[in-house]
Amino acid sequence: MTMSGSMNVFDVSARAMSAQMVRLNTTASNLANARTDYASKDEAYRAMRPVFRAVMDDNMATVDVERVVQSDLEPQKRYDPSNPLADKEGFVWEAAVDETAELIDMLETARNYKNNVQVLQTAKSLILETVRNQ
Amino acid sequence: MPSLDQVFALNGGALQLRSQRLNMLASNIANASTPGYKAKDLDFDRAMQQAQNGSSIENSMSDHTGFRVPLQPSLDGNTVELSVEQALFAENAIQYRTTLSFLQGQVSTMKRALKGE
Repeated sequence: MTMSGSMNVFDVSARAMSAQMVRLNTTASNLANARTDYASKDEAYRAMRPVFRAVMDDNMATVDVERVVQSDLEPQKRYDPSNPLADKEGFVWEAAVDETAELIDMLETARNYKNNVQVLQTAKSLILETVRNQ
Repeated sequence: MPSLDQVFALNGGALQLRSQRLNMLASNIANASTPGYKAKDLDFDRAMQQAQNGSSIENSMSDHTGFRVPLQPSLDGNTVELSVEQALFAENAIQYRTTLSFLQGQVSTMKRALKGE
């Protein structure tokens, strides 16, 4: 909670919150693209995932999104000859998104985000109590 | 007569250690979903003991900072267990407040003495 040094508790929680926000954005994109059909495997949508990395500073560590990668889940081939995107044999490719996994990820993201908000609130009230003049 | 530094040394040092521990626990909570992150914590009692024996706060802190042993290891190597960290964070916040009120009590006693109330 010291205000010296290059990072304080507010930076730690704030950066963690924005990292969780990136994660929530990718989850939203994945869910929005779930169950869409494509004419070929290559153009099919693949779920996106942020890669988190700890950023250390003395005794503190916050988190950054290093990059966003595509998941290694493969698009599913589905027989649907009535689909206008279907190939000669009547197959389409379904976006590679595991909706259940995405929903669970979303819940975990929300919980982590809330925890960081709580940490910020506690730290803020402790600092205010400390500087309050009696 | 003791100097002001000595009067406030005990609670002042404790407050500093508490705030550093708060930082560490906040860092652990921030890294709850970072693969491979190892949660750290401060052994407050032993750090405080060393500080009372004349060591600087920085030294006693670095000597008694260690990695948390998780109750249940996770697949991605992350050792943060949110329930544990949250409980310790809450506990540490209360202990910070307690130390702070002791310190404020000392300050107001001092003020009263100076005013000659």
